[in-house]
Amino acid sequence: MTKYKQIRIALNNCGVIDPENIEDYIARDGYMALGKCITEMTPQDVIKEIKDSGLRGRGGGGFPAGLKWEIASKNHADQKYVVCNADEGDPGAFMDRSVLEGDPHAVLEAMAICGYSIGATKGLIYIRAEYPLAIKRLKIAIDQAREVGLLGKNIFGSKFDFDIELRYGAGAFVCGEETSLIHSMEGLRGEPTIKPPFPAEKGYLGKPTNVNNVETYASVPIIIRKGASWFNKIGTEKSKGTKVFALAGKVNNVGLVEVPMGTTLREVIFEIGGGIQNGKKFKAVQTGGPSGGCLTEKHLDTPIDFDNLVAAGSMMGSGGMIVMDEDNCMVSVAKFYLDFTVEESCGKCSPCRIGNKRLFELLERITKGQGTMDDLQRLRNMSNVIKDTSLCGLGQTSPNPVLSTLDNFYDEYLAHVKDHKCPAGECKDLMKYFIIAENCVGCTACARVCPVGAITGEKKEAHLINSETCIKCGACMERCKFDAIIIK
Amino acid sequence: MSRIKVKVKEKDLNTIKEICKSFNNEQGELINVLHKTQEHFGYLPAEIQEVVAQELEMSVAKVYGVVTFYSFFTMKPKGKFPISICTGTACYVRGAENVLAEFKRQLNIEVGETTEDGKFSLSCLRCVGACGLAPVVLVGEKTYGRVSPEGVKDILAEYNDK
Repeated sequence: MTKYKQIRIALNNCGVIDPENIEDYIARDGYMALGKCITEMTPQDVIKEIKDSGLRGRGGGGFPAGLKWEIASKNHADQKYVVCNADEGDPGAFMDRSVLEGDPHAVLEAMAICGYSIGATKGLIYIRAEYPLAIKRLKIAIDQAREVGLLGKNIFGSKFDFDIELRYGAGAFVCGEETSLIHSMEGLRGEPTIKPPFPAEKGYLGKPTNVNNVETYASVPIIIRKGASWFNKIGTEKSKGTKVFALAGKVNNVGLVEVPMGTTLREVIFEIGGGIQNGKKFKAVQTGGPSGGCLTEKHLDTPIDFDNLVAAGSMMGSGGMIVMDEDNCMVSVAKFYLDFTVEESCGKCSPCRIGNKRLFELLERITKGQGTMDDLQRLRNMSNVIKDTSLCGLGQTSPNPVLSTLDNFYDEYLAHVKDHKCPAGECKDLMKYFIIAENCVGCTACARVCPVGAITGEKKEAHLINSETCIKCGACMERCKFDAIIIK
Repeated sequence: MSRIKVKVKEKDLNTIKEICKSFNNEQGELINVLHKTQEHFGYLPAEIQEVVAQELEMSVAKVYGVVTFYSFFTMKPKGKFPISICTGTACYVRGAENVLAEFKRQLNIEVGETTEDGKFSLSCLRCVGACGLAPVVLVGEKTYGRVSPEGVKDILAEYNDK
C-alpha cells in the first residue's frame, strides 16, 4: 500500500460542501476564524499569527503573506483595500478556479480577516472573464454572506465593516502582476509600474492595498482556526504548509494535487500521478508556467519548495505542472512559451517587447533547421539581458523556459542546429514521412485516411507519399498496421 | 455638438447610453462597460467606442487603447458559432496545434477570421482550466474534450444545418 501523501488545506472543502449554500460552509467551521479574529484577537494578533505560520504567497513569488499584511497595516490612510488576485492566467493551471468554484466562502472569509487586520473595509476580487462558473458562485456566496451579516456593517456585532465586490479581467496575462492588476481594476490598460511604491503603500486608487492570490487566502481561515504552530509543522524549513499543483500533460492521473511542501517531484508524478501515459519515458516536467522552467530526471528527487525550484532553474509559479514524455521536443516547448510571452507582453518596456520577439524568432529558425551555433550563444546572452532589464515579473522571468531547456537539453538544440534533426520528431519542418516498400502490403488504409490525398498507389502494391502535398499530420502512420510508415 | 463621426442607430445609441449609465458613467468602470456592451452587440466597432468615450467623458484613444489591450474584446464580429481552440500548455503538449491546423484547413480561414457565410470564426484562447480534457475546443459555449484532428470533421458537421 502506498502512503497517503496528499493533505488538503486550501482544497479542504472542495468537493465536500455545496458551494452555493453558506450553511454547508458554516457546518464545516466556516466563518469561525473570522469570528475568532474579531471577538478574541486584535489586528496585530492576526498578523502575528499569519507571520508565525510562515504562509508564503501562492501566486508565484512566494513573498511572506504576514509581512505583506503588516506593511499594509502600518500605512495609514482613510481607505484601504483588500484585493484577491483571481486572474489565473498561467496556461495549464486551474487550482484557483477549483477553489473559487468549490469553496468560495473560504476566500471571502479570508479577505474579511485580512481587512480586519490591516484596517480595510473594502475588498475586491479581480477575476478573469473566462471563468463564468466561478463568477456565478462568488456572486451567490457574496449575496448569502451579506444576507446573514457576515459581510456588510457591524460584523459579529463589532464595529468592523467589510464588503466585497467583483471586478472582471478581460484576457491579459500581465494582469496577474499586481501593479498591472490594479491598473486594470481602475479601468485602464493593464500595464505594470515600477515598484516601489508597492501596492501596500500606494495601490488601488492610490490607497494602501493588500494583494494576495486565491490559494493564499484559502489557507488563511484554517490557519486561524488551528493555529500557526499547526500549519508551520507541515512543509519544509522555509516553505510552510501545502501547495496545490495542477498536474497535466502526459501523465496518467491528471488533476489537482495538494501535497505538503517538500514532497518530491517523483512522488507527485509517479506515485500520485501514476506515471507517464502509454508506458512512455518521462522526459521533463515544466513548473511555473511561462515564467518557469523545464526540470528533468535528475531533479525528480528534489523536494519541492519555493527556493529549491528557483535553485533548479524553474520556479513554483502558481502551481502548474506539465509533464512531458519522449515525444515532446524541448526546443518547441521553449518556442511555445515564447510565443505566449510575445503575445502577452504589454509592450511597455523594450527588453520584454522586442527581446522576447527576437528570442522567438531565433527559436523559430532553430526549429526549422536554419539555426547556427552563434544563434545558441545569442539565445543565452539575450535571455540574460531580458531577465536583468525588464520592468516587471513577466519580462524578468520570460526567458526561463529558454535558459532551462538550454541547460538541461543542450543536446537537443545541437541536434536541431548541427544535424537538422528533431530527436523527438515534433518539428515538422525537419521531418518527412516515408513508406518502406517492403513492409507495405497495399491495403490503401493510409491513402484513405490522408486528409490531403498525398498518398497514391494501386491496391496490393507499395504506396508512395508525395512530400510536397503532405501536411505531416501523422494520420497515415497511426493507421498503418504494418509499420510501413516512418519519419526521417 | 456631438463628437461622434460615424453614425450609430438611434436604438443602439440608447442601449450604449443605458449601459454607461448603469455604471454611473464612471471612467473607472470602463472595462465593465465594455464587457456589457460587447455582450450586447457581439463586438466593439469604432463607432461604438466613440459613444462609450463620449458618455464616460474620456478620449476615444483611451477607450481604443483598452479595447485593443485586452484579448477578450474584439473589433470584428465573430461568426454565428465561434470556435475557440485552447492552446494552453496542457492542450499544446497533447497536440492542440494539429487540431488547430485541421480547423484552419477545413474552414479555409486563419485565426481571427470568420468564414464568408458568417457561420464560423476561429480563435485561440489560453487555458479554459479544463486541462484534464486536453486538447479542448469550444464552439460557442459547448466544450469538446480530447479532440483529435480526425474528430474535427464531426464537430463541424454538428453545426451543418443550424
